[in-house]
Amino acid sequence: MTSTTARLRFATVPWRLPFGAAVVLVVAFFVILVGILSQADPSQNLTLVDALPQAQAQFINAITIGAIYALIALGYTMVYGIIELINFAHGEIFMCGSFVSWWLLTTLGFSGAINDPLLLLGVLVLAFFVSMLVMGVVGVVIERLAYRRLRNAPRLAPLITAIGVSFILQNIVFVVVSNSIVTTPQIIPNTQLAFGPISISLINLFVIVLAVALMVALQLFIGRTRLGRAMRSTAIDRDAAQLMGVDINTTIALTFFIGSALAGAAGVVQGLYFGITVFNIGFQAGLKAFTAAVLGGIGNTTGAALGGFVIGFLEVISSVWGQGRWSEAVVFGVLVLVLVFRPTGILGQQLADRA
Amino acid sequence: MSGRSQADVPAAGAGSGRGSRQVGPSWRVALGRLGEYFGRHQSLSIVLGLAVVAALLPQIILLPPFNGFGTQRDFVGGFADAGVFVLLAIGLNVVVGFAGLLDLGYAAFFAIGAYTYAYGASPFSGLDIPFWPMLLVGAIVASMFGVLLGAPTLRLRGDYLAIVTLGFGEIVPVVFLNSDKYTNGTNGIVGLSQPSLYGLFGISGYGFTNPWPYFLTVVAIIAVAFIFLYRLQDSRIGRAWVAIREDELAAASMGINTITTKLLAFSIGASTSGLAGVFYASKLSIVSPDQFGFTVSFTALAMVVLGGMGNIWGVAAGAFVVYEIQSQGLKQLGAFVQSLNVPTFALGPVSVNLGSIDFVNFQYLLYGLALVAMMLLRPEGLFPSRRRRSELHETPDEAAESNEELVQA
Repeated sequence: MTSTTARLRFATVPWRLPFGAAVVLVVAFFVILVGILSQADPSQNLTLVDALPQAQAQFINAITIGAIYALIALGYTMVYGIIELINFAHGEIFMCGSFVSWWLLTTLGFSGAINDPLLLLGVLVLAFFVSMLVMGVVGVVIERLAYRRLRNAPRLAPLITAIGVSFILQNIVFVVVSNSIVTTPQIIPNTQLAFGPISISLINLFVIVLAVALMVALQLFIGRTRLGRAMRSTAIDRDAAQLMGVDINTTIALTFFIGSALAGAAGVVQGLYFGITVFNIGFQAGLKAFTAAVLGGIGNTTGAALGGFVIGFLEVISSVWGQGRWSEAVVFGVLVLVLVFRPTGILGQQLADRA
Repeated sequence: MSGRSQADVPAAGAGSGRGSRQVGPSWRVALGRLGEYFGRHQSLSIVLGLAVVAALLPQIILLPPFNGFGTQRDFVGGFADAGVFVLLAIGLNVVVGFAGLLDLGYAAFFAIGAYTYAYGASPFSGLDIPFWPMLLVGAIVASMFGVLLGAPTLRLRGDYLAIVTLGFGEIVPVVFLNSDKYTNGTNGIVGLSQPSLYGLFGISGYGFTNPWPYFLTVVAIIAVAFIFLYRLQDSRIGRAWVAIREDELAAASMGINTITTKLLAFSIGASTSGLAGVFYASKLSIVSPDQFGFTVSFTALAMVVLGGMGNIWGVAAGAFVVYEIQSQGLKQLGAFVQSLNVPTFALGPVSVNLGSIDFVNFQYLLYGLALVAMMLLRPEGLFPSRRRRSELHETPDEAAESNEELVQA
């Protein structure tokens, strides 16, 4: 219950982590495999050999979905780390990001896959750049208008404001853009790439590589740059940081910019991967991403990324086992359990002292 | 300090409750005495105040803009529905306003109350327990779930609690939706029994045509809840809630058991929600999972915030106003704008046709704007409790003092 639990933490990864992650991944793969085998129609006579590629596809699917959640979760965890606010509007930022890329791609006249690699690359860069920039700016504006004045108010006040902001964003998209599901052009061609026994489609590979690249870039930015150091010190002690010459307002605005830009990137990925978006995806996605952030220990960027992948696996596993309609309940059940039994998250305790 | 001295006197009761030793014209003294009397007899003033409200509200049909909107029956039916939200809001107010715990899954208890009634009095379960005992049962079941949810989670800090309750509020409808065998899934449970007075006042089954019995019933339930909550607010528990809200650590060191006290706030809030659920189910005669989504929780929260956290009458008024705006106001505003026949005009590249705007769609935009504006400009709500107002607005002297402290520091 101390207020020291929330700090932006960018600690080095303990050596146990890669080992543990490998074990977890292998276990997850087998859970998926057994799920596919047990849920298969008996008349199909699904053999283990047939099930393996399916399990592998679901495994990659889980990582991809997890990457989206991880990108959103990073924003939650950064904002929480620095001003201890659950930014309820963050899920809506993700939603708006998906609409920005939808708007851009349809305005440019794309409707399906782009087969020219150079053009594809250019369009992707443009889509991500525009969406991340727009959402980053939106995030900063929200912080300026809605949160800054409440920085020293009772804790309930900014939380309620955040809920209000999420209503506003969602309703604007609902009224101005569309009140139903819109189809986003899936511009990445549906090509299967084979790396030895593993086959992965281009879009999955792209999403995973992009997400990892963004996360590494974020980690380096926070860990190695002057601005990153300003963010860390603001998170630890705002007043002391100010005395040391850190511009608090700029630093917090920067945090919002980066977090929101990452959510904007996740929004683009949502459109590219699922091909649809709708005005109310932000709520669910935001809640799950927040679960991811809590799972990893809130304030901890490495943890948030890991938590995102855990949520991705939970979702895919529950749907593979034929319980897809329970996946939300599973995710929130996990959230409650984690908060009750290990509120510092899976990485929280280990890393707390090293931050 | 006795809690009674600061009791809010219902607006419909009498003038200001202060000034017992006021010297002045005799009518002022008399008014002061009257105020003091009602301040001392809260339950009586609540009953009287709500009776006046119940008598006056349906007469709104006689006033100019409202008489064009429908018959008195429509209005009374709408008021009965608004009463459900008043109950929800005053229950949530216990959790958010008194104890300062942000509960975002409040609709879950509403759903639990409604489904409890559905099990107690519907062809689905084969039982037909009368409405009145079911009210109590619904409240008890909901409060039990409040304890169940609260026990493991209330040690969490405020914002974590908000997320856990949000998750719980999402899980409960999902459970009702997916457990087809026990809840009839998406279709919900239909054919719930109506309340009945067994011939008292010539009313047996309430039926569907006449909204009056429902309206009066909900006012009666609200009155009971009001009395209960006012008593609680001024009791030892109520003071403990305020203490926890203001400083949990200090409260704990003063010997307050924070876990049980918070748990009590949770379960009492839940029980009021359960009452609302039972009444709502009996009025609609159907329960289905989609009635209890997170929008209900958030609407109730908006009502509490707008009304003024901590002030029971204020929250009730906020709930009523918000409900009426959402259910009637926006629709009528749309009709009114349409009737103006404003020609389509161009706003930059966009052509705007005011008549085609469906204002009901803007409901959540309005909630959002209201929540943000409220927190920034008037965090104590439209009808604040005296204590909250003094907390949130320092007097100029105090502000100057704290500024000085800052300068010195």
